[in-house]
Amino acid sequence: MTTRRWLSLHGALVLLFLYLPIAVIVVLSFNESKYGVAWHGFTLKWYRQLLAHTRIHPYVWNTLIVAAVSTFVSTILGTLLALGLSRFRFPGRNGLLFLLYIPVVIPDVVMGVSLLLFFAWVQHAVSALHLGLTTVILAHISFQIAYVTLVVKSRLAGLDPSLEEAAADLGAHGWARFWKVTFPLIAPGIAAAALLAFTLSLDDFVITFFTAGPGATTLPIYIFSSVKRGVTPEVHALSTLMILVTTLVLIAVQRVQTRR
Amino acid sequence: MEQRKLFKGKRTRTPGGEIIVRLSGVRKRYDSDTLALDGVDLEVRAGEFFSLLGPSGCGKTTLLRILAGFEEPDAGRVEIAGNDMQGVPPYRRPVNLVFQNYALFPHMNVFDNIAFGLRMKRLAGDEIRARVGWALELVDIQGLERRRPHELSGGQRQRVALARALVNEPEVLLLDEPLGALDYKLRKQLQVELMNLQEELGLTFVYVTHDQEEALVMSDRIAVMRGGGIEQLGLPEALYERPASRFVAQFLGTSNLIPARSTGKREVETPLGRLRVGEDLVPGKDLTLSIRPEKLRLSRQESAAPNRVRARVDDIIYTGAENQYLLDASGFELVAYTLNSDIQEPGYEEFDYDEEVVVHLPEENLVVIHE
Amino acid sequence: MNKRASWKQLLPTLGPGALWLFVFTLIPTLLIFYASFLQRDPHGWLGGPLTLENYRRFLGLTSEGFDPIYLRILGRSLLLGFVTTLVSVLIGYPFAFFIAGSPRKNLLLLLVVLPFWTNFLIRVYAWIVIFQRKGVLNALLGYLGFDPVMLYPSWTAVYVGTIYTYLPFLILPLYASVEKIDWTLLEAAYDLGAGRIQGFWHAIFPQTLPGLVAGVLLVFIPAVGTFVISDLLGAGKAILIGNVIQQQFGASRDWAFGSAAAFVLMAVVLTGLWLYARWAGERGMEELV
Repeated sequence: MTTRRWLSLHGALVLLFLYLPIAVIVVLSFNESKYGVAWHGFTLKWYRQLLAHTRIHPYVWNTLIVAAVSTFVSTILGTLLALGLSRFRFPGRNGLLFLLYIPVVIPDVVMGVSLLLFFAWVQHAVSALHLGLTTVILAHISFQIAYVTLVVKSRLAGLDPSLEEAAADLGAHGWARFWKVTFPLIAPGIAAAALLAFTLSLDDFVITFFTAGPGATTLPIYIFSSVKRGVTPEVHALSTLMILVTTLVLIAVQRVQTRR
Repeated sequence: MEQRKLFKGKRTRTPGGEIIVRLSGVRKRYDSDTLALDGVDLEVRAGEFFSLLGPSGCGKTTLLRILAGFEEPDAGRVEIAGNDMQGVPPYRRPVNLVFQNYALFPHMNVFDNIAFGLRMKRLAGDEIRARVGWALELVDIQGLERRRPHELSGGQRQRVALARALVNEPEVLLLDEPLGALDYKLRKQLQVELMNLQEELGLTFVYVTHDQEEALVMSDRIAVMRGGGIEQLGLPEALYERPASRFVAQFLGTSNLIPARSTGKREVETPLGRLRVGEDLVPGKDLTLSIRPEKLRLSRQESAAPNRVRARVDDIIYTGAENQYLLDASGFELVAYTLNSDIQEPGYEEFDYDEEVVVHLPEENLVVIHE
Repeated sequence: MNKRASWKQLLPTLGPGALWLFVFTLIPTLLIFYASFLQRDPHGWLGGPLTLENYRRFLGLTSEGFDPIYLRILGRSLLLGFVTTLVSVLIGYPFAFFIAGSPRKNLLLLLVVLPFWTNFLIRVYAWIVIFQRKGVLNALLGYLGFDPVMLYPSWTAVYVGTIYTYLPFLILPLYASVEKIDWTLLEAAYDLGAGRIQGFWHAIFPQTLPGLVAGVLLVFIPAVGTFVISDLLGAGKAILIGNVIQQQFGASRDWAFGSAAAFVLMAVVLTGLWLYARWAGERGMEELV
């Protein structure tokens, strides 16, 4: 009983710790005062100012393009990798797994500079791949592919092998078996992996920071440079909007999951 | 009741069809130190209910998977319906498998599950509907077409799995412990239905089970497997009455195993003393005698006739249908069963703890095992 | 699974992904290693001959004598990683049990997941708003009659920000383990005479270990490698190994030395990972006996 009480008290404090900073931003985004934290009255003017800034639009656009393209490519490549890795035994399988874990375990900054070095080296050698949206997309795919593969692979590992055997026993093989049995069964896993990849891309700052060239500014890069310039109510407003979007997406995802 | 009738009915029927499955010298090794199958030879006749019986790890499931085409044997030959199955993938084999866990496709309803094999054969829609309807009726699950597997009970799932395999009219239906996940009553009921179905349709069943009672009840012939090989193959009653090895004697039912040494043409020396047996022996060999507990006759009357030994009642277990006596025959332990229904019959005797009894081991029931 | 595959099966499934990993993961990683033995050329690019100079510099072996500034920075990063991990475990471990035991666990889980998915720049930014000179904290202190504190920029802010940022990374995998706990083991332990602490240690803790290990790695690795949090909350005064790397690839434009620093960080993380796996593995062995 007492343990439960302590846990609840602790839990409440942790939730306070997790939410206080977020609440501060949200509240201040509606504060009339431009400087300081004293409450000077409710206003939406920071949101109006933010939306009036047309220069943000391309950043939003860039972020979405990068996320969409990289998620599309990494989901396909990662799903195929997961299928191959869980189906077949072959020499070099462990080496491939090791490569797959590199983007997951090494710090972002190392991955970022190694890709920067790689792109610069290619550029130096063949004068291609100038830093820009393309390099950001390539870089994002490179870390997403690992996450997609691992998520789909775990879904495949949870798949009852006798289902595919049953399909074979009943005359299905090759693509028929894949599309009629395997794919529908792992589709939720693929969807979850794609959602994860998409969110990772939307959120990424570090790797984008190193691989983005001029004209490839994404929203996180913009937030970083704004924050470095100082605290402003507009950044509060932008942050609040992003928190809102995250919340809505998460609630939608949970709704879908509980319905299933 | 019905079960009993079918049981008898099967005994009179001798499966005499042509050979539909033939295995010769089939060998399979998973990794360097586990031999799954060690040169198995086997013939199954058309229309036969053939069981592979054995404890887990005996190779029975591997054998079934080789027939289904999920495993390739390392050596040996597999023939189904006269064709060599070497290199023939599962989807081109004239067999279908009922999986142990049913392996119903969770994303398809009952109709689509059953229609799956027919669609793979690209049959016309009308014919698919007709044949699925026939299969649904066959296993008595009409009206469940639109249900998903997770909305079905265990017994219903089992029936869907059966229908999904049967609808393809396989030459041989393979069943991998299909009743293993069901509770006792349902299992008994489905045993009867499976037997009826098999007889009505004249199908060939290759049935894997570890349940000796199930195998005895259902099969025309049984192959008892152990350690990757066939220990003994024959009619159920032959396996039960004349086990060829200690393993078979103990795996199928309970048996008293008595170490013995042949002393004469029909005489052996045992810890119970000298016993007469019903077959000719070469003297001076070490053997084992096997006798079923229900074949022992207990009495209070002393007798000088052969094959009588004295024993003391150590323990009595009442199981409802029978009394099980644990006997101490001068240090050797024997088990004897007496039927409770004999209570009305003359000569029936009940015994008490620590009572001295005379045990008769009829020589015609003493099975000599050359081990 | 146990089929030995042919090229015909491997190429269409693994081919594209393997090629991608080879080009965009293996080659860049090898390039970092290679570049760490090169030198900066006058154009800010890399050139030969091969040298150990970058590593000597990192170890503090300069021509003017021993000055281990980079080793100290590395030490600071490791300290940040250890402290962050430790505090996160202390906070997160009971919290995972709190969620698992709550009747509203789905809501609570959502409440943890939300900060987890909120852009981490925003989460760091929030602490600037709290800690800055005229920030929320000082407003509160002033209201209560205390003197203001100067926590931005400071190491304290960096620590708080790092713990805040990575705490959900520990809670989520840990919760996954806690939720799967078989509590009958605890009852069995009590039944066999274990006390509360022994019961927890032998029956519950081992079951949480997989999630704990995963969570610890997910906190420790990014915490050691961070440069954004120290950059923002330390305002250029808190230098970590991540900042060194970023500066060398950025303003200082000494990619050779930056590569050496990056390689050292990678080596430290991978060694830690390996050691931890070994330690956890041995622990796992002991539990089996």
